[in-house]
Amino acid sequence: MIQRDVLVVGAGPAGLAASIEAGKAGAAVLLVDLNMQPGGQLFKQIHKFFGSSAHRSGTRGYDIGEQLLREALEAAVEIWMQSTVIGIFPGNKIGIERGMDGKEKELVTVLARKIVIATGASENAIRFKGWTIPGVMGAGAAQTMINVNHVRPGKRVVMLGSGNVGLIVSYQLLQAGCDVAALVEAAPGIGGYAVHAAKIRRAGVPIYTGYTIVEAKKGKDGCVCGCIIAKADDKYDPIPGTEEAIECDAITLAAGLKPVMDLPKLAGCTLTYSSAFGGYIPIHNDRMETSQKGIFTAGDAAGVEEANTALEEGKLAGISAAEELNLISKKKADILRKEIWERLVSLRSGPFGERRLKEKESVLKEYAKRAGIPAAEDQEVEKCH
Amino acid sequence: MSEYFSDDMIVCRCEEITVAEIKQAIKEGAKDVVGVKRRVRAGMGLCQGRTCEKLVQQLIVRELSVTPKEAGTSSARPPVRPVTFGELAGGAID
Repeated sequence: MIQRDVLVVGAGPAGLAASIEAGKAGAAVLLVDLNMQPGGQLFKQIHKFFGSSAHRSGTRGYDIGEQLLREALEAAVEIWMQSTVIGIFPGNKIGIERGMDGKEKELVTVLARKIVIATGASENAIRFKGWTIPGVMGAGAAQTMINVNHVRPGKRVVMLGSGNVGLIVSYQLLQAGCDVAALVEAAPGIGGYAVHAAKIRRAGVPIYTGYTIVEAKKGKDGCVCGCIIAKADDKYDPIPGTEEAIECDAITLAAGLKPVMDLPKLAGCTLTYSSAFGGYIPIHNDRMETSQKGIFTAGDAAGVEEANTALEEGKLAGISAAEELNLISKKKADILRKEIWERLVSLRSGPFGERRLKEKESVLKEYAKRAGIPAAEDQEVEKCH
Repeated sequence: MSEYFSDDMIVCRCEEITVAEIKQAIKEGAKDVVGVKRRVRAGMGLCQGRTCEKLVQQLIVRELSVTPKEAGTSSARPPVRPVTFGELAGGAID
């Protein structure tokens, strides 16, 4: 059986950061991802990041991806792409369907001393008449099509959802040469940053706040040929008699993301529900260790946030895994973790961040309560903030 | 519930389970996502509920006036992603 010190599942920003930190400390790290290329969603982020310079503002997502890949190679991280983890079994055994460079895939078992689950998140679906017709897709899927595969999802697109994903992808659809027929948002106001909304408004995209999609229309070819929108009530249900028809050949849904929980469930990690973080997440401590000793989590799998927070959480997981393997002293790990938590607190500020900061604190508290950790460590968590 | 959420609307596209079938499962006593899954197979298909789980949760929340937390989440079983029998036969979880 193949044995490694640390197995990291998911090569997005969280998984890469965890691999780099553990690798730098001298651990034999295996990073596994089911996609063709590492980097997770970073390589489709063609826009500049926001925030302070300490958080790589002004840097484009794919540049961050390139830098992380270089660092991973320098840290001697072994990467298996097109390889899918199909299960975690007792005794830290991981079943992997390993991609073999075009040859037939092979099922292998890896025994890992520490596991980091950084499997990210998946897009939420929205239910309306015709939502299963070809042409209705997630906004993230549309973003992958235009920015990674250079294929337009349609000529004329209607976007549902005005969070930052909905706003940014609408703009990138325009850049890719699509016509964005409408941006539809059920809430009374724009969900994301006004600066992104202003960009698409200046480009002439009509924004319908307080509206929702009630139906995707099917054309002769069986694909989307338009949609019906209507005013939404306070429960976001359509109000009869307010319908309007819009012609389009694609509908993209930016309705948020939910953490991917298959592996934490299989590993027996205790989960908790958090609406701020997109759904069920594993309870974890300030080292990103779950209720299962030796199994860590980071990034969107530990609560949907953004690339920067995923990076920092990944570092926490990588450093803490290396510390448990006696590759980093407790003193050094504590200093590094304190610095990371300071950055995380500043990332979780502002109108969007504060809710997540509070929610993260309550996840840590729930871990302390349910994992039976003494109160002294709970206080340390408070100090770190 | 709004008239737009018609009973023939598909919720779980892998297993082609409709709103009506899920409502029926709830009437028969399903109180959470696992209960619905056991009765009508919603979330048991190729994607293992990655697409429909939240939609099923929303229906349970509406029908039973419970919180999303109470509507629960599905259990997971290996393999969590589809693999061929050939690969399973060739490899070994030892």
